[in-house]
Amino acid sequence: MAAEKRVTFRSPWLPWALLAPQVVIIALFFFWPAGQALLQSLQQSDAFGTSVEWVGLENFRNLWNDETYLASFVTTAVFSVLVASLGLSLSLLLAVFADRIVKGSGIYRTLLIWPYAVAPAVAGVLWLFMFAPSVGIVSYMLREGGFEWNHLLNGNHAMALIVMAAVWKQIAYNFLFFLAGLQSIPKSLIEAAAIDGAGPWRRFWTIQFPLLSPTTFFLLVINVVYVLLDTFAIVDAATSGGPGKDTSILVYKLYYDGFKALDLGGSAAQSVVLMVIVVIFTVVQFRFVEKKVNY
Amino acid sequence: MKSRPLVLASIAVTVALSAPAHAQVEIHWWHSMTAVNNEWVNDLANDFNASQKDYKIVPTYKGTYDVSMTTAVAAFRAGQGPHILQVFEVGTATMMASKGAVVPVTQVMKDAGFKFDPAAYIPAVAGYYTAPNGQMLSFPLNSSTTVFYINKDAFKAAGIDTSKAPATWPEVALAAAKLKASGHKCPLTIAWQGWTQLESFSTWHNVELATKSNGLKGLDARLVANSPLHVRHIENLANMSKQGLFIYKGRANVPEASFVSGECAMITTSSGFYGNVKKNAKFDFALASLPYYPDVPGAPQNTVIGGASLWVLAGKKPAEYKGVATFFNYLSSPEVQSASHKRTGYLPITMAAFALTEKSGFYKENPGTDTAVNQMVRKVTDKSRGIRLGNYVQIRTIEDEEFENVWGGKKTAQEGLDSIVKRGNELLERFEKASKGG
Amino acid sequence: MVERRPALGILAHVVLILGVLIVALPVYITFVASTHANEDIIHPPMPLTPGSHMVENYTAVLTGTQAGGGSKASVGQMMIVSLVTALVIAIGKIAISLLSAFAIVYFRFPFRMFFFWAIFVTLMLPVEVRIAPTYKVVSDLGMLNTYAGLTVPLIASATATFLFRQFFLTVPDELTEASRMDGAGPLRFFWDVLVPLSRTSIAALFVIQFIYGWNQYLWPLLVTTSEDMYPVVIGIKRMISGGDAQTEWGTVMATAMLAMIPPALVVMLMQRWFVKGLVDTEK
Repeated sequence: MAAEKRVTFRSPWLPWALLAPQVVIIALFFFWPAGQALLQSLQQSDAFGTSVEWVGLENFRNLWNDETYLASFVTTAVFSVLVASLGLSLSLLLAVFADRIVKGSGIYRTLLIWPYAVAPAVAGVLWLFMFAPSVGIVSYMLREGGFEWNHLLNGNHAMALIVMAAVWKQIAYNFLFFLAGLQSIPKSLIEAAAIDGAGPWRRFWTIQFPLLSPTTFFLLVINVVYVLLDTFAIVDAATSGGPGKDTSILVYKLYYDGFKALDLGGSAAQSVVLMVIVVIFTVVQFRFVEKKVNY
Repeated sequence: MKSRPLVLASIAVTVALSAPAHAQVEIHWWHSMTAVNNEWVNDLANDFNASQKDYKIVPTYKGTYDVSMTTAVAAFRAGQGPHILQVFEVGTATMMASKGAVVPVTQVMKDAGFKFDPAAYIPAVAGYYTAPNGQMLSFPLNSSTTVFYINKDAFKAAGIDTSKAPATWPEVALAAAKLKASGHKCPLTIAWQGWTQLESFSTWHNVELATKSNGLKGLDARLVANSPLHVRHIENLANMSKQGLFIYKGRANVPEASFVSGECAMITTSSGFYGNVKKNAKFDFALASLPYYPDVPGAPQNTVIGGASLWVLAGKKPAEYKGVATFFNYLSSPEVQSASHKRTGYLPITMAAFALTEKSGFYKENPGTDTAVNQMVRKVTDKSRGIRLGNYVQIRTIEDEEFENVWGGKKTAQEGLDSIVKRGNELLERFEKASKGG
Repeated sequence: MVERRPALGILAHVVLILGVLIVALPVYITFVASTHANEDIIHPPMPLTPGSHMVENYTAVLTGTQAGGGSKASVGQMMIVSLVTALVIAIGKIAISLLSAFAIVYFRFPFRMFFFWAIFVTLMLPVEVRIAPTYKVVSDLGMLNTYAGLTVPLIASATATFLFRQFFLTVPDELTEASRMDGAGPLRFFWDVLVPLSRTSIAALFVIQFIYGWNQYLWPLLVTTSEDMYPVVIGIKRMISGGDAQTEWGTVMATAMLAMIPPALVVMLMQRWFVKGLVDTEK
């Protein structure tokens, strides 16, 4: 089914009026500032903007010549695939089971969504707290168990740490929407299938999953965007991109250059690159994956 | 469910609630002090405000140093910047290069009619923030330097003499070996590795970290941190790491937790760590000078400071600048300096403050607390006055990354240092270009 | 569910409990840390069971007598700022997104898809990148240090519009036709049919957006110039020492726990709406 409605309304002015609030806000507070931010990718300036120089594509050329930047594409790919796949599958599993049971579902729901309530600023500190080489409880327990956890010098441990932290946050978010999606599936459909003799496994794949596909598509897009654009804080709190550059994902370098190093031109250039990547991914998803979504 | 009425209502309420203008001149001070230091900053402001009626200092916490700097930049560009901004030491070059955005402290004080004598300041402290022409650019507020802490109880348990802490690196290695032999899991660790093992290491041994007096004399300075002495030292540390004598515990000040908890027996880190150790360590400890190599001529010279200073931003009215000058004058009085020094562990910035603190017997009661100051009061050389390199935040990160490669065995000491020099010089080149263009 | 499958029911509980343990572990640790004195926390291992300092830590935080942070604005004040911000953002976002999604899905007009993509692309450039120019716009409009400045720029994003678009596309056309045949215009249809149907989505979004607004850190830091407009997350960060001074972890964690209460309440309250939505969505 295509992503279009067969039955629509006609009105010369109403749709514009309905769209107006959002469009005005995004014009003022997104497009105008974003344009200026992207313009900075063609400039090089000192931090305070008192001397600005037009350098054309030089910022982009610097990126291209920086071998650590190119290496971070691979790091980002690994990280994104792990986080998106784990985040979606684990939360779907939990949502399906939470939807099934009647008793205690409220408690489970609250407890599973609660981690989302932890402010990212605090969550980063929490993870550091738990995994800190000395005072961290989890590191301590791992060491007692004989596993030499050292995310400071072992790149794989460090990657595992940030994947865990990122997935943890997303499970709560995905769970919430999956559950909402599952619960808006009419019970009558499920009952009808059960009467026809379909077991829970069949029912899931033939009824629930297809009907869940709009939500799944939504979450897929959102998760990809999240992992590519919003995971800076986790890396900053947990590993600072280390050891060496083993956990330096694209967005981390972007924020680092913009915020810590105050290299606004370089940071803007990286935003352009990252934005292009995200747009490509999203367009691909809309083009190819949305075809499979049942509306 | 529209938010418009609510939004309009909030605007109306906020406007109605805004206080009428004070006759006092308000001066905005943006800083990054947290926890107990946050209280210290607020007390400084409150005490100053209580002592006179013309000016009111309003301190506002604006996030960590990098966040607050970005915030100030954004605000400045919109004409809403503060008067005083606390900037960390590695941001000095960036601030200096923003000529239209800052007003040198010497000028602020002179314009307000205050006497300003550079000789009254402790050389290595003030020198860091001074321009080649002798003008002091920013006001050192919270400065610390690199020192060495040891866990005396652990030493005793390993049978090491604790009357004097190991003073040289060979002695440190020896102590570490004895500790390991007695079963200690973490003889030595290092915090702020770039600062303690490269920067302070260089000035302490009177060797250049970068040309042009470590950047003080020009923007075309380039790193030379891969000299034989540097390679020798990092190689020693790398070997110690392989032997389990030196355990890497993270970047910045994260390793400090392992010292306080008793896990690691020796640590090189900031003098500002003292308060923390005194309060929380459950063992006997000592504070000593940074170790050095006795066969290097001129060592030990002086160490380099860390911490932050206060910069004055441009675009404000003369009456407000007078208030800033008055506040800075207040802050440099020996009494205020001495009290701050005793309270926070940060270095006093004037010789008079140092003398006052000594007279009060503070150093006798808290042995080791004068180590840091003593490391700084020596006469500085061209190679040890300070470090001022552009894009230094990024260079510090490069140092961290490459060191991690060395400790993890992925690169040799020579390779690691060569990478630091290569990558760092690229950044310095870019900084030079960007600064000239304006 | 429909048939009795006790084994599956038990499996469900087991999986869920496991999930809760893993997912809720950090929150539990926060709680435990908030009940201990600082010395116990920094000398590992911190005990995994709650300690005896709970009353002490929480009173210190609530009355503003703890070290470093409470001097300017009390936790209570910051919670109010956070509350207003979160509510305005959540309600504002949901309101304008419902309208926009409705327009895009249910109408045909020129540039329709252009507007959808224009709205959608706002997701692809994160706030932090454009934060400095956004600040200038807000400052030029005179919205610094106001609730408007804190909230309106954050209403710009597209997550809600996208979600509602997804949902509206699943609403059967028969409903629209039926409504038309009853003589109802588009707004009638929207208000009487579409919005009630969207209950579960609205509830889910409300939780997410409320928490999003509640947890704002960077934007409020930039846009407020006085500490009494600080939301609670900044207060927490201010207590975490970035330097060498000791962080009072016990009180920091206690503040973090308190800061988590309103979002948790919102989640629990929204459960009701979930259930109600369940009953009503028999299409």
